[in-house]
Amino acid sequence: MIKLKVNRKEYTVDVGPDTPLLWVLRDTLGLTGTKFGCGMALCGACTVHLDGEAVRSCVTPVSRAEGKEITTIEGLSLDSGHPLQQAWIAEDVPQCGYCMSGQIMSAAVLLRENPRPSDADIDAAMAGNICRCGTYQRIRRAIHLAARTQGQGGAR
Amino acid sequence: MSGIINLSRREFVKTGMLAGGGLILGFYLPGSGRAATAAPPTGGTFAPNAFLKIGTDDLVTVIVNHSEMGQGVYTALPMLVSEELDADWSKVRFEAAGVDPVYNHALWGMQATGGSTSTWTEYERLRKAGAAARAMLIAAAAATWKVAPASCRTEQGQIVHAASGRRLSYGQLAEKAADLTPPQNIKLKDSKDFKLIGKPTKRLDTPEKVNGQGVYGLDVKVPGLLTALIARPPVSGGKAKSFDAEKAKAVPGVRQVVQIDRGIAVVADGFWAAKRGREALSVVWDEGPQAGLDSRKQREQYAELAKQPGVVAKKKGDADAAMGRAAKKIEAIYELPYLAHAPMEPLNCAADVRGDGCEIWVGTQFQTGDRDAAVAITGLKPEQVKLHTMLLGGGFGRRAVPDNHFVREAVQVSKAVKAPVKVVWTREDDIRGGYYRPVALHAIAAGLDAAGNPAAWRHRIVCQSFTVDTPFEGAMIEHGVDASAVEGARGLPYEIPNLLVDWRRAPGVVPCLWWRSVGHSHNAFVVESFFDEMAQAAGKDPFEFRRALLNNHPRHKRALELAAQKAGWGKPLPLGVGRGLAVHESFKSFVAQVAEVSVSQEGQIKVHRVVCAIDCGPVVNPDTIAAQMESGIVFGLSAALYGEITFANGRVQQRNFHDYPVLRITDMPVVEVHIVPSRDAMGGVGETGVPPIAPAVANAIFAATGKRIRRLPIRGEDLKKV
Repeated sequence: MIKLKVNRKEYTVDVGPDTPLLWVLRDTLGLTGTKFGCGMALCGACTVHLDGEAVRSCVTPVSRAEGKEITTIEGLSLDSGHPLQQAWIAEDVPQCGYCMSGQIMSAAVLLRENPRPSDADIDAAMAGNICRCGTYQRIRRAIHLAARTQGQGGAR
Repeated sequence: MSGIINLSRREFVKTGMLAGGGLILGFYLPGSGRAATAAPPTGGTFAPNAFLKIGTDDLVTVIVNHSEMGQGVYTALPMLVSEELDADWSKVRFEAAGVDPVYNHALWGMQATGGSTSTWTEYERLRKAGAAARAMLIAAAAATWKVAPASCRTEQGQIVHAASGRRLSYGQLAEKAADLTPPQNIKLKDSKDFKLIGKPTKRLDTPEKVNGQGVYGLDVKVPGLLTALIARPPVSGGKAKSFDAEKAKAVPGVRQVVQIDRGIAVVADGFWAAKRGREALSVVWDEGPQAGLDSRKQREQYAELAKQPGVVAKKKGDADAAMGRAAKKIEAIYELPYLAHAPMEPLNCAADVRGDGCEIWVGTQFQTGDRDAAVAITGLKPEQVKLHTMLLGGGFGRRAVPDNHFVREAVQVSKAVKAPVKVVWTREDDIRGGYYRPVALHAIAAGLDAAGNPAAWRHRIVCQSFTVDTPFEGAMIEHGVDASAVEGARGLPYEIPNLLVDWRRAPGVVPCLWWRSVGHSHNAFVVESFFDEMAQAAGKDPFEFRRALLNNHPRHKRALELAAQKAGWGKPLPLGVGRGLAVHESFKSFVAQVAEVSVSQEGQIKVHRVVCAIDCGPVVNPDTIAAQMESGIVFGLSAALYGEITFANGRVQQRNFHDYPVLRITDMPVVEVHIVPSRDAMGGVGETGVPPIAPAVANAIFAATGKRIRRLPIRGEDLKKV
């Protein structure tokens, strides 16, 4: 039995300690907002936060998440009110949308650590997240927009 | 005139599609003779089409018969209805259509999404559906108020009687309108009166795509759902000879191991157990006839095939004679690899086969064929098979499969284990699983006259057909030529008096498929790169050289001129940066792109900026057009810079995003999209951004380095400065 705290809620799960966190979130807890894309930490679709740090849940054994605060896209905000989510809507970033949970979770860590990132900062922070629909230009714009909103007190 | 019928009191109400009553409109076209209901399909070609629902809660739901895979149909198609309905756009919702002939593609006689056709094929029908509903709501209001319908008007989801100032919302009128007979003469708005069509409009599906709530095929939850991974042959065309499931079954969570047509399925409680179970499975494979497939040998084979005449796809004048007379001749071989689609969401399908019915949850582009495949496997009747179209995490053609293999797998496994099962592909399964853009080799030659004008053009395309022996053969093969092999090469827009384009069919040793922009994806690269070679041989500017030959193709010309103007063609660039352009028609739209590219001493390629101009005729959502051009450019750049599937010993040598890389944000150029104002025929946008980018970049590399790219992907080592 492994105890997990996901999006401020506590769970006890009966899974092997080497099971990737991704599949515990998706298959055991039903939190399917976190996506499977590659299984090798190459695409970033499965990005979640462990104690505020972005990790690729597809290669993170669930045992590593024990005792830590796990945040998934479902827990980033209560009502899609995070400045990044609002900016994503304002810039109409998603196309197929499949990679977007991971993109937003990566961007959230960037914005926390660097409230006014440059294009180069954004590229460096987001290089691990693939978008096959090619929304990168809009991702850059949306992160800049979220940074401005957050700077104006729009963050929650 | 197409007929519209009121379905509100018919089948769909009974099946609970609109709980609480309201107005539902069906639609049928002349010749079908059938009303639009959920009747058993008869396979009729011009079957009924398109629906909307208006609830008493004022919500307008457009039931969309095309799959949303990022291209924006869940917004563009509701816009068409909403415009003519004069709906309150904030009350408009979308819903994926079930499988029924009523939802068939307007031209294809089956429910399908592809060919960049969704918006232009629905443009009239969905507007008519909206206009008919509007007329009925007016009639319902007029009857309520006992006034003349002509004295009523609509305003954002309300009927207004101006003389008395009375208003009723569509929701308030829905029940009453549901009892009316639809008008048969429907007048559509003049485009100058459009309030929504043509305006940048936010996508309806964005909110659920930023909070994890959107449900893709992979996210489907069904009570008791098991997960299966399938061990498939390591070589295309191989088969399992025998297998030992003992160790696989010993993995905790593994329930069953069953053999199906395409391999051995390991069925488990969840993905991880299924994956570990598959790793523990031992299979002896009969590798079949392709066990020796080797990409290097295949290149040689294709080069030999290029020496043999093919089937003529286009002939004008006498290319050979003109070539003999030419003042200057150039020739070249161009080569392009197999490409995987690699949508972000790996393929998957969930199926629940029971004795009395079957349910399928899948992100698919081919609903009818997939449903029929399930009918064939289960022996059930078509109406007993219910297919739910989920969000597609990318399609690009990979989810439009004539053999329905990824749906068949799930149905077969569910049938075998008598439980709901979701078959999931890993990324490795996807990259190695075949159904690629075909490998192609092109032998091309041109002759110029003394003035540097093109006098002769000879283009031989060597590639396989992937439509032969499929239900699409009839539509795709004409006079022995596969349209998907030669599209974009046979309809050359440039004025060349003598021309011969032929297709030498190569053996189909690996299953191939339409890959976003299909034949255009290789033909545009060859034609537009070689046109640059001609311009250089003629000593002319690549833009002016093309422009002078496009007098009979004004849409190409306008797109080319707009892109060149916006890009500042001819203006100085920073040292080391080259500018290249390409223009190409595909899927009834015309796209020109200008790329600015530099190459480092080490051969590192940097695409700085791409200026794109598109003429797609009348515009529905300009923001979606821009998004699709950005998307097509990235998709085409991934292929041009990195994309390559190769074989050794019959096995695919790539497996995941480390050795099948795609463009990342670090390599994203600035992309500017400009729309040519146009009242010409409407074309598509989903694929049309892809074809011009590879030649535009290759031509820019030539401008920057003097080195000509004739083989994709572009190899940095060939561009190193020594």
